[in-house]
Amino acid sequence: MPMIYVDGQEIVVKQGENILEACLNAGLDLPYFCWHPAMGSIGSCRQCALVQYQNEEDTRGRIVMGCMTPVSEGARFSLKAENATQFRKAVVESLMLNHPHDCPVCAEGGECHLQDMTVMVGHRDRRYTGKKNTYRNQYLGPLIEHEMNRCIACYRCERYYRDYAGGKDLGAQASHDHLYFGRHEEGVLESEFSGNLVEVCPTGVFTDKPFLKQYSRKWDLQSAPSICQGCAVGCNIAPGERYGKVKRVHNRYNDEVNGYFLCDRGRFGSGYLNSDLRLDYAGIKNPDGSFFAVHQQQALDTAVEWMAGKKVAAIGSPRASLEANYLLREVVGSKNFAPGFSDQEADLIGSIVNILQTTKSINPSIKQIETADAVLILGEDVTNTAPRVALALRQSVRNKAFELAEQMGLPPWQDAAIRNLAQDQRSPMTVVSAMDTRLDDVASTCVSLAPDDIAAFGHAVAAALAGETTDNTEADAAAQMLKAAKNPLIVSGSSMAHQGIINSAAAVADALNQATTMLSFCVPECNSLGLALMVADGSSSSLKALAKRAAKLDALIVLENDLYRRGDKELIDQLLASGTKVITLDMYENDTLDQSDLVMAAASYAESQGTLVSSEGRAQRFYPVHSPAAERLPSWQWLLRLAKITGHKKLAKLENFDQIVVACAKSSPLFAGLVDVAPLNNFRDRGSKIPRQTHRYSGRTAMNSDVSVHEPQQPKDHESPLSYSMEGLNRDQPASLIPFVWAPGWNSNQSLQKFQSEVDGPLKGGSSGVRLISSSQTGAEISPQVGKIILKPHQWHLVPMEQIHGSDELSSHTDEIAELAGRGFVAIGRKVAEKLAVTEGDGLLVKQGEIECSLEVRILSRVAKNCIGYSAGYSETQGLTAGSLVGLEVDKAWRRSGPEMIASDKAAFEQVIGGGGASNV
Amino acid sequence: MLSELRTMWEVLKHTFTKAETVQYPEEMPYLSPRYRGRIVLTRDPDGEERCVACNLCAAVCPVDCIALQKDTREDGTWYPEFFRINFSRCIMCGMCEEACPTYAIQLTPDFEMCEYDRQNMVYEKEHLLINGVGKYPDYNFYRVSGMKTATKDKGEALNEARPIDTKSLLS
Repeated sequence: MPMIYVDGQEIVVKQGENILEACLNAGLDLPYFCWHPAMGSIGSCRQCALVQYQNEEDTRGRIVMGCMTPVSEGARFSLKAENATQFRKAVVESLMLNHPHDCPVCAEGGECHLQDMTVMVGHRDRRYTGKKNTYRNQYLGPLIEHEMNRCIACYRCERYYRDYAGGKDLGAQASHDHLYFGRHEEGVLESEFSGNLVEVCPTGVFTDKPFLKQYSRKWDLQSAPSICQGCAVGCNIAPGERYGKVKRVHNRYNDEVNGYFLCDRGRFGSGYLNSDLRLDYAGIKNPDGSFFAVHQQQALDTAVEWMAGKKVAAIGSPRASLEANYLLREVVGSKNFAPGFSDQEADLIGSIVNILQTTKSINPSIKQIETADAVLILGEDVTNTAPRVALALRQSVRNKAFELAEQMGLPPWQDAAIRNLAQDQRSPMTVVSAMDTRLDDVASTCVSLAPDDIAAFGHAVAAALAGETTDNTEADAAAQMLKAAKNPLIVSGSSMAHQGIINSAAAVADALNQATTMLSFCVPECNSLGLALMVADGSSSSLKALAKRAAKLDALIVLENDLYRRGDKELIDQLLASGTKVITLDMYENDTLDQSDLVMAAASYAESQGTLVSSEGRAQRFYPVHSPAAERLPSWQWLLRLAKITGHKKLAKLENFDQIVVACAKSSPLFAGLVDVAPLNNFRDRGSKIPRQTHRYSGRTAMNSDVSVHEPQQPKDHESPLSYSMEGLNRDQPASLIPFVWAPGWNSNQSLQKFQSEVDGPLKGGSSGVRLISSSQTGAEISPQVGKIILKPHQWHLVPMEQIHGSDELSSHTDEIAELAGRGFVAIGRKVAEKLAVTEGDGLLVKQGEIECSLEVRILSRVAKNCIGYSAGYSETQGLTAGSLVGLEVDKAWRRSGPEMIASDKAAFEQVIGGGGASNV
Repeated sequence: MLSELRTMWEVLKHTFTKAETVQYPEEMPYLSPRYRGRIVLTRDPDGEERCVACNLCAAVCPVDCIALQKDTREDGTWYPEFFRINFSRCIMCGMCEEACPTYAIQLTPDFEMCEYDRQNMVYEKEHLLINGVGKYPDYNFYRVSGMKTATKDKGEALNEARPIDTKSLLS
């Protein structure tokens, strides 16, 4: 490892890194703006200047940019040299020439990289007396607020949005000091990852719009390490709370999972936590169908009365924690426990778990996915089903560029040079799907096939890999592509609700028979895989089986699950409305809750702790951000108290969360790793718990003084190693316990580098999470059979299309997400549209047997023959079944929705009609 | 001996000096305008609330007795939805006034804040807000800030050029 000298100090550096990285790794404070660990260097902001000396005798040196200068053995630099400090100060001064006097009314204030750097270089007084440039802002949708005056032209937004996330509708315009970053015209940002602009922008140009509505400064937010519940990827998040509301979600770095970035569902989809639909109190149903609120104890007593000595069954939930599901299963016994999947979903996820346990391939983390140099996607629109994985896939196609750069001797952080070198050359990616996917733009080959044919395609690729000759040239090409790759990756999942596709993906992976082959499956919900592991022994029941027994049951407990989203209305009605006493634990009002006799108000993920298993098989712990409001209780506490009152033999002995984790870990060899997921409750860092509040948390003696001037004691957290306090250290603890990042002089999220063991490396406390599934040597057993459906004339194959905004149960109760989700739709190809004489925005009736759904038309560019898509998970499409055969008819009663109105139009419109509360239809 | 006599002399001498005791409250003491007493929230010269809910006063308060929540007016400007000072905790240090970037929060020469019930020492915005500019008659933050408001378009703030037309080659 080379040694360099910075201000006379010897620093051991890594070969190939640049001097800015070397300085940050050595703990030196070198200011920067445009460099980003995930996006490399372009040397555009001129902020990380230092002086380089030729040799020991050289006293003058020359100014170089830290981010553009590679380290070399014995090189001499100075950070503190007068000309370097003056240069950096002058750069900030010129950046501040046009910066508006906005800090008090800027949402970035207090976590602003520009503020930090200005203080760091010592710039204070404005000398320039000329006028400041100003810009008009744009409406960029419900998620991102734009305030262009604050821009310092570092180009980070464009480099992130276009180069990293593959967006097309945001870029730099104009030139010199008129540079503008925005869209060509106002409108909603198209990228699913637009929210990261908030964290990428070093100042307040792009800020979090929903957060702005209920804004609090970073130092006032109480945060905790948490796991996103939006999908199964398991991104690490840090939600921030104040005055009892979760105000925003920020990224929490995990080098192996989400790195620096989240998707928009994850960042903005937690608004439902503050919605009016949330339950505050337990309730017992009145004969007229309404509920009356009861205290926790009364609810428990009622439940015990209904359960004692009776036949009780229970339904778990893939969106509840492993611990809550485990307790529920123990309370009623394995035979009476259904995991709460729909029956189709149970088969699909069951088989995925089975494949992951037996396949020889690696089930990759997101970091590993980024290393893939050939990708085959079978049936999945990854951007909509596992968004963060899609962002990683977008990075994987750049491996060709890095390969070329290596041949040229370019270091991987030379971002602009490498992009210039590679131009449009990408690593190959083949997308086999029924419809357009959001990765089509980076795919080398797109194949449109009906679900059955996708499965057949997969098997053909497997056959070609095994050396058989096929008559499918596209499959041959895909096989060749995978064979030629060093790190081939196959991605599939359950969103097409098709067993054959999943099997074929496994067949391809095992046919490759390489030690570096990666096989990744997208599963629907945050704990789908955990729950599937729990019931992998096959001793549990299913929804259908429970519905059959419904009449004989005395009571049914439903855990955090809206069953009407899981199966036919008939089946669920049979289950819930057959005279059985239904006890539901959930956090918000839904159809299942309305059918219940007793409701227990469950705490949300931000108020409770638990373990989730991601699609990677990684078990991760989330912690409460604030103590439960009103009379909510975490589900695991409801169930533990219930078990104690009923005197359950095994559970009555358990006293706290840690003991439940241990019991759960002992329940199955698959869960043995659970005990190592996060430190125990008795963990202390230098004698203290980890504080959830910043050391500058304000208003403690006034926050609640409107209720009573006598300050209550801070709530105590007896279950986790975190405290609701500002006392303690937030430094160097295990990675699973970092509630927020802050370091002296570094108030923005860039302070993360003080928590990393090295730039872009794992955190000092390691990478959080424990992988419960590892690949084996046996190879998966797969049946090669693929069904074939024969269509009658005027019949279409119904293909589910998961949507990032709208398909997820919980996040779609967030106003902003609901706005983006729009109406439920049916997606058809151009030819079908011409035949039916409909255009985008018209209505079509989709007829599936008795069920008729009136849906908005969307026209796609690429649709497999005889297939139509529908927005899965929307309330409008709830009756439709994936894979069924449907008829289509023009809906004559359809009313088109009004044109989308942007903010400036709205203002003008309201002025015209006199400012009265006009709707936009 | 001499020392004791001298002490008695010194003490007795004070019988004839003017008494410093003031007959408060009949007689009010003089307090300078910069005296740090009861805190008020002032208005700008246009009569609007000056506070923009930036939270700096709350952050700097050593006894953490200020709590507020930001809200947004229709034109996008910020104001406090609620603003609360717990005077039973306040030590009148004046750091909030020093931190305030808009001259909204000011300390006044009023110290007469006795209450029988401590709860009455909690002041909400309606108790804090006065109909005046306080010590700084001219300052209006939104005339300086780059933010667009109901009465000021982009480029109309102090020392600002007109908005740039990014589609023009000639500007």
